[in-house]
Amino acid sequence: MRVVRVLFALGMWSALCACAPIEPWVKPYEREHLADPIMSFNRDPISSVYLEHVFATREGAHGASGSAGGGCGCN
Amino acid sequence: MQLSRATLRRPLAVRIGTLAAFAALSSLPGSAGVLPEDEADAMYHRYEGGGVTVQGPSVLIRKKIGDNFSASYNYYVDMISSASIDVLLSASPYKETRTQHSVSLDYQHGKTTYSVGYIHSREPDYTADTSVFSLSQDMFGDLTTVTLSYSRGWDRVYRDIKIDGAIMNDPAFAQRVDHRSYGVGVTQVLTRNLILGLNFQALTDQGYLANPYRKVLFLDPTVSNGYGLEDQVYPGTHTSTAGSADLKYYLPYRAALDGSYRYYTDTWGVVAHTVQLGYTQPWRHWIFDGTFRYYKQNAANFYSDLFPRRDAQNFMARDRELAAFSSYTVGVGASYEFHIPRAPWIQKNTLNLHYDRLMIDYSDFHAVYNNTVIGPGAQGTLPIYRLDANIIQLFYSLYF
Repeated sequence: MRVVRVLFALGMWSALCACAPIEPWVKPYEREHLADPIMSFNRDPISSVYLEHVFATREGAHGASGSAGGGCGCN
Repeated sequence: MQLSRATLRRPLAVRIGTLAAFAALSSLPGSAGVLPEDEADAMYHRYEGGGVTVQGPSVLIRKKIGDNFSASYNYYVDMISSASIDVLLSASPYKETRTQHSVSLDYQHGKTTYSVGYIHSREPDYTADTSVFSLSQDMFGDLTTVTLSYSRGWDRVYRDIKIDGAIMNDPAFAQRVDHRSYGVGVTQVLTRNLILGLNFQALTDQGYLANPYRKVLFLDPTVSNGYGLEDQVYPGTHTSTAGSADLKYYLPYRAALDGSYRYYTDTWGVVAHTVQLGYTQPWRHWIFDGTFRYYKQNAANFYSDLFPRRDAQNFMARDRELAAFSSYTVGVGASYEFHIPRAPWIQKNTLNLHYDRLMIDYSDFHAVYNNTVIGPGAQGTLPIYRLDANIIQLFYSLYF
């Protein structure tokens, strides 16, 4: 029974949190490092696309790579 | 009449190449609310290994149009000279050229970016057309970017033959392949130094999915070399799913560390794991990169290095890409940034050189050539095939 109460409390807490606006925990002025070109997932698209092609022609697997902002259906 | 060659690629590979091209063209937003920089790149690429040399140029131009649009164009060429182990077994060395044109247009509206693209690839015995659409949305204080994508591909497969010394498409062979791809991705800022990328992609292919030149081997004690050759038979459909996670971390000094993992599975029984680690270190006008990539897959259900008899199964393949193997790739790269005083309209220039060494160890693909003899019980004594390749990229980038 105690477990049920704890789960209920957690559920209520989650529901209340869902109603509150989400505050960005990394403020815009704190994103200096993230904006550095070396932090890009895909700094040189012409290069990463070429390498992806080289691997895809020799491997059985493909897809879901190049998370340069969230898979665009491309590799 | 004889088959003139055996290309190194299979239909899937062409599609991957065309789809991958869109990655270079579209904004692929780290932030969907920002269009990419205006840029021009010119590359020379070269792959050499296993008796195959593939080289050529790639040119990419991307330019904003007004405040909300960005257009791009990519011209890419593979000049192939092949005497691979597949060619040496059942065909003859060949040379051919694949040319690919890609265009895309991004439209940004608020925190949303819409992208459309079209890619056309052509070689003497294969054409591929692909259209791509994607939508990216920034949310949660721009800490999260969600991208949805869809692509559709139409391929035509031909087979070259030699008639009276001239190479031409076999008039009795023309096949089609259709592709569909669905993707969803999330880029999430975790801390001020750490970013996460998650991607999921499902692909379906339907049509003629085999390589029309490659053969399967089967034991045949009635002939002197001990084996015979027959055409591959692939299923007419193929569905695959892949999911990946990519983490990138900004180190306490100015450098970046990244690691990624991808899991892949398909309806042909192939399961693959890909792990990649990378390190980026700037120094004055230079940026140095080092990467290590490990890849491992098992064999497809209908793959066999040597079938016990002719027509042993409904589906049969001996494509190396469907064999069990693991590979290591070690790469280094250097990028030098410079400015041209007489061209103030150019924000910056970079000159880049990348070198990768690819090493593939096959588990169940033996080195069999057209002069190989497979005696009774001698299959296990054949050497396992191994492939080492050098990959070079030299490119110049201009940002304006």
